[in-house]
Amino acid sequence: MNIMVCVKRIPKTAEADIFIEKDGKDIKKDNLVFHLNDWDSYAVREAVLLKEKHGGTVTVLSIGPEDSKEVLTRCLAMGADKALRIEEPSAQDGHLTAKILAQALRDQSFDLILTGVQAEDDGCGQVGVSLAQLLGLPHAAIVNQIEITGDRVLVKRELEGGIEESVELKLPAVFTVQTGINEPKYVSLAAILEAEEKEMEEVPLEKMGLTPNEPTEVTVEQVFFPPVGKMAEILKGNPDEVVGKLTEILKKKKG
Amino acid sequence: MVRQAHHDHPEHVEGPPPPQPSPIKGEGAFWHQGVLVMSEIFVLTEHRQGKIRDISYEMLGLGEKIATQQGAALTAVLLGKSVNSFTEDLATRAPKVLVVEDDQLENFNSLCYQKVLSTLISKYQPFLTLIGHTAFGMDLAPSLSVEMDLPMVTDCIGLSLEGNRLKGIRSIYGGKVNANISLKESKGYIATIRPGVSAPKMPGDKKGGIILEPSPLKEVADAKTFLKYIEAPITGEDITQAEILIAVGQGIGGPEHIPMIEEVAKNLGGVIACSRPVVDRNWLPKERQVGISGKTVKPKVYIAVGISGAFQHVTAMQGSETIIAINKDPRAPIFGVADYGIVDDFQNIMPILKEKTKK
Repeated sequence: MNIMVCVKRIPKTAEADIFIEKDGKDIKKDNLVFHLNDWDSYAVREAVLLKEKHGGTVTVLSIGPEDSKEVLTRCLAMGADKALRIEEPSAQDGHLTAKILAQALRDQSFDLILTGVQAEDDGCGQVGVSLAQLLGLPHAAIVNQIEITGDRVLVKRELEGGIEESVELKLPAVFTVQTGINEPKYVSLAAILEAEEKEMEEVPLEKMGLTPNEPTEVTVEQVFFPPVGKMAEILKGNPDEVVGKLTEILKKKKG
Repeated sequence: MVRQAHHDHPEHVEGPPPPQPSPIKGEGAFWHQGVLVMSEIFVLTEHRQGKIRDISYEMLGLGEKIATQQGAALTAVLLGKSVNSFTEDLATRAPKVLVVEDDQLENFNSLCYQKVLSTLISKYQPFLTLIGHTAFGMDLAPSLSVEMDLPMVTDCIGLSLEGNRLKGIRSIYGGKVNANISLKESKGYIATIRPGVSAPKMPGDKKGGIILEPSPLKEVADAKTFLKYIEAPITGEDITQAEILIAVGQGIGGPEHIPMIEEVAKNLGGVIACSRPVVDRNWLPKERQVGISGKTVKPKVYIAVGISGAFQHVTAMQGSETIIAINKDPRAPIFGVADYGIVDDFQNIMPILKEKTKK
């Protein structure tokens, strides 16, 4: 079972102060901490679990500048065997990302491709399924369980409203992995130091017959802060006073 | 008054021919009384387990808005097996319903859906196809876009046409900012639409036309087979029935705080619920999850503790009568939804609330 996992390095924005770049086309990133996209992290862990069960190798791929090495190293520390970085400095859209990945994967031998459902930054949720089409492979999106038997694989897909569906596919296939599919494993510093010794291949885009300025389908024209709606009435005071006000409200609203 | 473009009826094409036929227009665009008319907007109907899903009506609402602006026709596309009642319903909301019936279309299978849709798009050349940004649409739209070579924008919270270009508004970086997106020029586009952001199209008095198309599915798709739906049994309390919910998020830091919060819930005659990250971390079972992929709730009182307020969560609880948010981050989006807010660490608040509510 040779598994390829496509991963992305993204800025953490959840609890950060966000500023918009002067040109208005993106947020400022120099004050942000970057990490491995959460969904991709589950995909890497799932690939490693499948490898432990069925044997084979796990190769991780990422498109990005030199800085992307740190997330690939993390993937290696999580148990991936090989890493491949495709040098591409500029921002791309989901379609181009899928095109570049397809080009990189076309000549590789694999049984399964995994990636996260979406990236925390742009949230497009498009790369994995586009990639499948480009490679002519069956796919399943938002997968939260994978069971492999021979060349068939049974997956569960997460639907809305707490419902799942089970789907059977033929391998090779592409799955986009949902968070919660497995239990993340703590990655130790020792594992990361060890991972730095593992194989990491770097390929410039030109080597794959692509140019660094391939056209994109979508362009971000402007980013802006969402309009603020009505705000909550903030209960002020020390904790005792606040809880006092809260219990009054609860008494009234509980009916 | 603009007429509908129809490939089977070239006599509908009226007015002068374009002086310089623009390469960006699809065959579906035509001239009517000197005005270039975009042909048609497709809205893919989403249905599951015998029910049309709300997103379908929302997309018909959005599609109608764009169709009116552009003088285009609006078509509800319906794929399924014995879908008569759906057809009738859609015909009260859309001027045209395009139906393909096949045994293989009973349940959603992206492989079969893609085959049928690509056939329909090739034939009718709609300039825009709307698909829900849902578990169903996310499994279908990207591969369809690649196959048909139609530029796509996903998870739109707004959509418009400026000139001939499709423009979308998306919420990015976890909802921290919105982005205006412009798509490259094309004869047609695909857009996936976020559920819950467009007003649904209500049934009207007029009845739309119904067109049956033959199914292009020949053999059984064996590369991907739908097997069954799995509904998680409710083993504990049913959170959709509770009048008071205290929902915890990742912000509570760890599962060790759950018993204390559960006690507060009990004191108030309520039940504990949670957001997605809490389930992903196995702090609480899936049946407690409020969100798109969990339950939608409308209790009398909803207390969100350590929940930031991601769209996926908010959309499933904003119908609550009274919402109270406790979060130490004053910029947390949850305060934009809540009626009352407490900006503090929950550990300063909940123990006192537990004592005060003790019976």
